[in-house]
Amino acid sequence: MTDQLPALIIISPLLAALLANIAGWIQKRLCFPAAVAGLLASFLCAAFLMRRVIAGGPVVYRLAGWNPPWGISYYIDNLSGAVLILVSLVALINMLANREVALTMFENRLGAFYSLYLLFVTGLMGIVITGDAFNLYVLLEIASLTGYALIGMGGGRARISSLHYVFMGTIGASLYLFGTGYLYMVTGSLNMADLAALLPQVEKVSLIEISFILCLVGLFIKMAFFPLHAWLPNAYSHAPGPSASLIAPLTTKVMIYVMIRVVLSVYRPEFVFKALPIRDLIIWIAVAAILAGSVMAFKQRRLKRMLSYIIVVEVAYMVGGFWLGNAAGMTGAMLHLLNDAMMTLCLFLAAGSIVSRVMSDEFSYLQGVFQKMPFTMVAFVAGALSVIGVPPTCGFFSKWYLISGGIAAGQYGFAAALIISSLINALLFFRVIEIGYFEPFDMHSHGAEPVFEEASAGMVVPLVATAGLILAMGFYANTLVAWFIEPIVPVVLAGGG
Amino acid sequence: MDAPVLADMLDFVIAKYNYWGIAALMMIGLYAMIAKNNLVKKIIGMNIFQTAIILFFISIATKWDATIPIIIHGHGAHAHSIHAADYMNPLPHVLMLTAIVVSVATLGVALALAVGIFQRYETLEEDNILEQLKADESNLR
Repeated sequence: MTDQLPALIIISPLLAALLANIAGWIQKRLCFPAAVAGLLASFLCAAFLMRRVIAGGPVVYRLAGWNPPWGISYYIDNLSGAVLILVSLVALINMLANREVALTMFENRLGAFYSLYLLFVTGLMGIVITGDAFNLYVLLEIASLTGYALIGMGGGRARISSLHYVFMGTIGASLYLFGTGYLYMVTGSLNMADLAALLPQVEKVSLIEISFILCLVGLFIKMAFFPLHAWLPNAYSHAPGPSASLIAPLTTKVMIYVMIRVVLSVYRPEFVFKALPIRDLIIWIAVAAILAGSVMAFKQRRLKRMLSYIIVVEVAYMVGGFWLGNAAGMTGAMLHLLNDAMMTLCLFLAAGSIVSRVMSDEFSYLQGVFQKMPFTMVAFVAGALSVIGVPPTCGFFSKWYLISGGIAAGQYGFAAALIISSLINALLFFRVIEIGYFEPFDMHSHGAEPVFEEASAGMVVPLVATAGLILAMGFYANTLVAWFIEPIVPVVLAGGG
Repeated sequence: MDAPVLADMLDFVIAKYNYWGIAALMMIGLYAMIAKNNLVKKIIGMNIFQTAIILFFISIATKWDATIPIIIHGHGAHAHSIHAADYMNPLPHVLMLTAIVVSVATLGVALALAVGIFQRYETLEEDNILEQLKADESNLR
């Protein structure tokens, strides 16, 4: 049984998607339990598998018993195990928190919503676990297509934003597929481990370079790296609440994971960092992305839209940190990947909670929101402090790694951009906190004392738990690094950039 | 002097004609996605872009003097030894079967969204939709 854990991680949400859809036709009350059961099973399998990986090293699972170069294999090492746990946990928390919102928002489409939700998670988990370059493309499209549908389920501008996302996302995935085609052309293999062994023997290096650039640009579009980010703010801020707080923490982070995986276990860091002269270029684009994203975030007058631009900034942190190419930078990027998913979840859930009561996320509506929704806002502040990078929260530790990596690599521009962006983040969030805390609740229209109107317990408990996780990930940052990240950072680079 | 250069160029173009075709298709698709105003035309452009990559995979599977990869005598028939060079590579075709499914699904999602947009805005011309969106925003203020 335990040998089959990797397959169960993927199968349980997939089966649950089917069940949730059937339940939507027969008995709507059963959709939610079926979906939660699927995600919980997936989460538990991922956690057990992680224990095995930490004890005994990476696990290779051969689907249907076919050996790797011919069959598809699943490959789980410390980092992918950690991302698997993260994805299933974020999806689970978000599903629990949005139970009532989903009920009112998707009354007649509940089965469709939950099965899309689960298929999306299946796609992301598959992307993380797979050891096959073409399989990765298919799962990438499964996750994207369900994501488009989840965003398009919202009213108003959601559909047009989703359609623009379809255009950009399809170009990104197609470029990745194109790059994979070149890889297949020069090696005749699609298995990642096999590719890594075959690529150094290839004489036509230019073809590998082309394929790498194509894959990288495709992934940059998918993760919304700055000049290619245009689809993200609209798609995420117009998406319905439950979809936004699922897609926003996960999609970009999983795409960054794919970039890390592709560099470390397909093209190999020796080739990527030594043979290609694009390192400095990417770091400078990241610097521009951090600054531009911060400025654009500052211009927004709606909470979710501001958070969407902050995601663009965070993506640039991770891409830049990874491309520093030294141990500290990579550790920072990977740790930030885990942390950022949690803090984005926290902030988007808090925004969803506010919208569920205030009915808007415009700043002018947030007056006195601290008095009305104390628990939500405490969680919001925890998430905000983590994005700013204040010590007890997890955001501080990853940012510390990133900055020290930037200094060690001599990329002072990157380190400076990180510090400036922290300051701007502080401004951004204190503006929201100021409106919510110090500006009084509008007495003229309501007349009486502000009513204590916290969101429902089903929403607040998962939200506060997320805030707790942010603190816990901060306290145990060293453990996270030792368990999940240190075994992954390539030895070649441990000496520094 | 000029003639050999021209001949070389022609050889270069002809020898790699599949790449030229694929590049042309990709550019047609991209052009449609960027320049066309009608959402359905954009969606079809996206589909052309995907098709170009499918054709790229198919074209790298071919070999000179090779036939379709069907082995008639099957298992146990050791009368003929099989040379891989005599058969085209079937794997890219199989991969593209999956990619075609993906592109059909993408087309379906995109068209469904376009239908939803049409129901709301009663037009598929993007600049008309943007005008309506602007009008909506200024009404809210």
